[in-house]
Amino acid sequence: MAKTCFSLALTGSGGAGVMTAGQILLDAAARSGLYGLMVRSLGPQIRGGESAAILRIGTAPVSSLGDTCSVLVAVDWGNIERFADEIPLDENSLVIADPDQGEVPPVIVAKSPKIAFVPLKALADTVPGGRVNMIALGLAAALAGFDEAVVAEAIQASLGRKSQEVVDISLQTLRAGMGAATAVRSEAPEIADLACGCSAPAPDNGKHRRWLLSGNAATGLGILRGGVRYCAAYPITPATEVLEWLAGALPKVGGALVQAEDELASINMVVGGSFAGIPSMTATSGPGLSLMVETLGLAVAAEIPLVVCNVMRGGPSTGIPTKSEQSDLNIALFGLHGDAPHVVTAATDIRDCLFTGQWSVQLAEAMQTPVIMLTDQAMGQAQAVIEPLEASPQKTERLVPSENTPNYQRYAVTNSGVSPMAIPGMKGCAYTADGLEHSPLGRPSTQARDHQDQLDKRARKIEAHDYGDAWADIDGEGEIALLTFGSLTGVAREAAETLRARGVPVRVIALRLLMPLRTEDLKRALQGVRRVLVIEQNHSRQFLAYLKSTFDFEAEVVSCARPGPVPIRPQEIVTAATSRDMGDTK
Amino acid sequence: MNTEFDPKNYRSDLKPVWCPGCGDYSVIAAIARALANLKIRQENVAFISGIGCSSRIAAYASTYGFHGIHGRALPLASGVKVARPDLTVLAAGGDGDGFSIGGNHFLHACRRNVDMTYIVMDNSVYGMTKGQASPTSEADWCGSKLTPEGPSIPPIQPLEVALAAQASYVSRAFTGDLAELTRQIEEAISHKGFSLVHVLSPCVTYRPEQRGYKDRVHQEWTPTSNRAEAFQRLLEDDGFATGTLFVDPRPPYTPMTAAPASMAEIEADFAI
Ligand SMILES: Cc1ncc(C[n+]2csc(CCOP(=O)(O)OP(=O)(O)O)c2C)c(N)n1
Ligand code: SF4
Repeated sequence: MAKTCFSLALTGSGGAGVMTAGQILLDAAARSGLYGLMVRSLGPQIRGGESAAILRIGTAPVSSLGDTCSVLVAVDWGNIERFADEIPLDENSLVIADPDQGEVPPVIVAKSPKIAFVPLKALADTVPGGRVNMIALGLAAALAGFDEAVVAEAIQASLGRKSQEVVDISLQTLRAGMGAATAVRSEAPEIADLACGCSAPAPDNGKHRRWLLSGNAATGLGILRGGVRYCAAYPITPATEVLEWLAGALPKVGGALVQAEDELASINMVVGGSFAGIPSMTATSGPGLSLMVETLGLAVAAEIPLVVCNVMRGGPSTGIPTKSEQSDLNIALFGLHGDAPHVVTAATDIRDCLFTGQWSVQLAEAMQTPVIMLTDQAMGQAQAVIEPLEASPQKTERLVPSENTPNYQRYAVTNSGVSPMAIPGMKGCAYTADGLEHSPLGRPSTQARDHQDQLDKRARKIEAHDYGDAWADIDGEGEIALLTFGSLTGVAREAAETLRARGVPVRVIALRLLMPLRTEDLKRALQGVRRVLVIEQNHSRQFLAYLKSTFDFEAEVVSCARPGPVPIRPQEIVTAATSRDMGDTK
Repeated sequence: MNTEFDPKNYRSDLKPVWCPGCGDYSVIAAIARALANLKIRQENVAFISGIGCSSRIAAYASTYGFHGIHGRALPLASGVKVARPDLTVLAAGGDGDGFSIGGNHFLHACRRNVDMTYIVMDNSVYGMTKGQASPTSEADWCGSKLTPEGPSIPPIQPLEVALAAQASYVSRAFTGDLAELTRQIEEAISHKGFSLVHVLSPCVTYRPEQRGYKDRVHQEWTPTSNRAEAFQRLLEDDGFATGTLFVDPRPPYTPMTAAPASMAEIEADFAI
């Protein structure tokens, strides 16, 4: 991917506006006919702390940050130590620093990048009202070979709602920044020449337009497409944006969002909304999911469809709220007490949040079950330029009885395990939903027969469902398989490309359906594989343990696992896949 | 006579698990009467409860019902009502369910003022788990092995809490006066907003002395919308005054609305 992709980071302390600059750059990339991914990294301050916008831009869709950072534009040195691990500089990287901001910190120097000094702040001050983030933007845009007019369009789109004056000043500052790039280029021509040879304007004829959105917004849209019309919300990083997006969108389609007093309330409100016949969801992260599990068990027992999107962050406890991890897998799979079969899905990247969001609602409604949809901070709070994805044509359907069904049995024991669910308002079918074990009629029961029948039917409906091909995304062939889920999918795919370029055939299997595990399908997908690399971002290898406990691997199994907050890089996977003595073999 | 709205039709054929003489029998009877009197059809009622002896009540009505988990009846009921404003929503449970494990939801349900009726069967004990102190037990009630010297903390004052939390309808009834209990439930259902009916409902098994409630209750309150007056009444309350305490006509909760948009219009926001 080397030639067709480049990565850069913009850092600065609070108020410097590097996130805005990054956003505009990503927008400009989309307008230039490119794709891109931007991750924001924030310090622990609530507001105003230092921040980093880390971008990767390319000629093909980008769903990984790659191994190196080509260019770092540091507006100042704030608390750069905090991000140093997340910005992989090496001797081929170029750092642009402002000489007026003091010495280049040792953490940067230690990585031996080339350093070019540009008086960023002083340049900004040449424009009355000019801001330093626009100088940084101009530098980055010029080095990337972006057309000034395209960046100007992106500035207009981003800042236009403030005032024309702000836009004009920004454009002037942008030009000063772009001008400064010439000197930098002459200092480090080999790196500074970043252009992907694609500064052609986007084919904007109104027919083919790219989308720029975060994973959390994509989840919101996917869920909305699935037919959710009721959401109860309790804010938590990094899931809040799912809820905020839905707060804006739901009322437009006749739906409603309520802010609850806590997650015990939000999940019960969702159960109530769904019981009342309206497809319902909430979004949360680890601590919130912990509070919800008792009610998720109720939804299993009372057979209430609903979706909880859990955007994973570093845990346990409050952990690292602003950083990504995949350590909520265990609670999603096994957090409910009793025998409580349910469904766990995972989106594979930002674009896939659209599909997996919609699919999760369809699964919940079809099987009358809670679905926990996993995403993670690296996907949820990142922004990407993507090819638009149309809604899946599949309809969301809930099985309901007809009114006045004689001897209506809410929990009838059926072959499929799914029983028609009456909706309040329907005549002649009134019943009481219950978390107590019950007879087919819904009456509380402690009879062994009823317990066995109901346990069987609740398990059967989940096992017997036809999940089609959506259970996993599989690409490639070869004797090595990279088996993963969530935001590591993009990283694994990039590692696979590197391996293939070295003549090592490899296949990537990204599970979208984590529970129930499609063991037969997985067996087929692994046919001919000699070595399986199980890739996950957590400390205790939860994914590996789950797979091993559920599936008989015929191949050698190697673990590639590491906790957050530093993202796993493609190179780590390449190394683990090829080295004989790395990792934990079975 | 119109048999459709006969209270009998509002009772399910499930036999209650309650002990003979339990106050809760009167509550299901009063609810059936109130719904019949108000001519609300069974299928248009959603009756939500938590866990406890009293919470079993949902299944004893022939309406739609949800017997959920301990302490969470109020949010579940709020979810039903906000999602389906056309339904009549009732929530019910015990003092432990509502004021202990569900205490936070109680505060916020009062504030939120979703149009529904909450009936608390208060027996100052955890009946279902066989007789532990509840949040309304007296500090020196020594009847439980768990707190043999009494809970030693003062009981919560549910009506004061409700008023402080901005409840828009607050009343108290006694299971021994079925007519007044029915009247209050009817009034509460008709009230637009969150209504609390606090019912003194004796537990004859773990608090047999509560059989004496009948000699202590007195019909006292007539509705006021003056908050100060309502608080004043509670300061003078011996715990056995009954009647409608407080009614505030403030509008019930409604979620935000917006001009309708098609999915294509919503998606257009993402296009560059
Ligand atoms: C989470 C949880 N904790 C504890 C219990 C056990 N439990 C069941 S009912 C109950 C108390 C019931 O008391 P109250 O709500 O006052 O109702 P009553 O039985 O007196 O009518 C308790 C503690 C439970 N079911 N769930
Ligand atoms: S234990 Fe008390 S509250 Fe429970 S049913 Fe018996 S009398 Fe009623």
